[in-house]
Amino acid sequence: MQSTMTFRRYMVLVAVMLGASLGDTCLGIGMKHMGPVSIHHLSSLLLALRIPSVLIGILLLIGFFASYLTALSWADLSFVLPATSFGNVVVALLAKFWLHEHVSPARWAGILLITVGVGFVTQGPSYTDHSQIDSTDEEATVPAMASNVKEQSV
Amino acid sequence: MNHTVSPSVWLMIGAIVVMATAGDVLLASAMRQIGDFDDIRAHAGLGGAVAAVLKNVRFLFGVLCMAVSFFSLLFALSWADVSLVAPASAALTFITNAFAAKWILKENVDRRRWFAAVCVGAGVFFLAR
Repeated sequence: MQSTMTFRRYMVLVAVMLGASLGDTCLGIGMKHMGPVSIHHLSSLLLALRIPSVLIGILLLIGFFASYLTALSWADLSFVLPATSFGNVVVALLAKFWLHEHVSPARWAGILLITVGVGFVTQGPSYTDHSQIDSTDEEATVPAMASNVKEQSV
Repeated sequence: MNHTVSPSVWLMIGAIVVMATAGDVLLASAMRQIGDFDDIRAHAGLGGAVAAVLKNVRFLFGVLCMAVSFFSLLFALSWADVSLVAPASAALTFITNAFAAKWILKENVDRRRWFAAVCVGAGVFFLAR
């Protein structure tokens, strides 16, 4: 595995974590403003597009998806997902210090666990170079095959 | 109050997790096949990069799986509490993605990544409850 992370790539990961969390939050605020939607009147969901926070939420989620795909083009899935989960912590902290919501001890435990997980994964390499693995496998296989041939000939 | 969760709810959570994992794996596989997005954008521009993504069959199937997962979540929420379905599916998806990354995408999921996946999965579960 190799580390190919640059400052710009860390910024893409930040865009992934903030885009998803803030996008969901904006959609939530907008849909609460709109009220419950009946399953028989799903077309009324189109009216939600008039609500500014819903539009901002959709734009943020589009930005999240573009950043997520970009991140997956140069980093492993098993690196990107834990590394970007810190967005959940950001939302919880915003809820506590901006919206003055109550954060229970279980949620603080969740924040601690995610922070530890993110800290662990971001210290390691971000990308598995399959070409190197394949060539290493071949190098390991060729001597083994050679020794087999030697044993058979003996 | 009855706090037992019926097998059908766990089945729905399982469907959400499987489809979300399939979506993530297909998207990751598609982006690995396409190559570094920044390099493509530098050579072919943003339009060329977007076209390369949209033409990829794995990407399209990945988006389809994500959509099915999302509608499974909505369906599950009409049957069970959001305080169970959302954290359980989100936390389990982190673990199944680590397995899928190891066995399907052949990523080098070392002990550090396993530990991170378990920590984050548990953390999301606690945070979302």
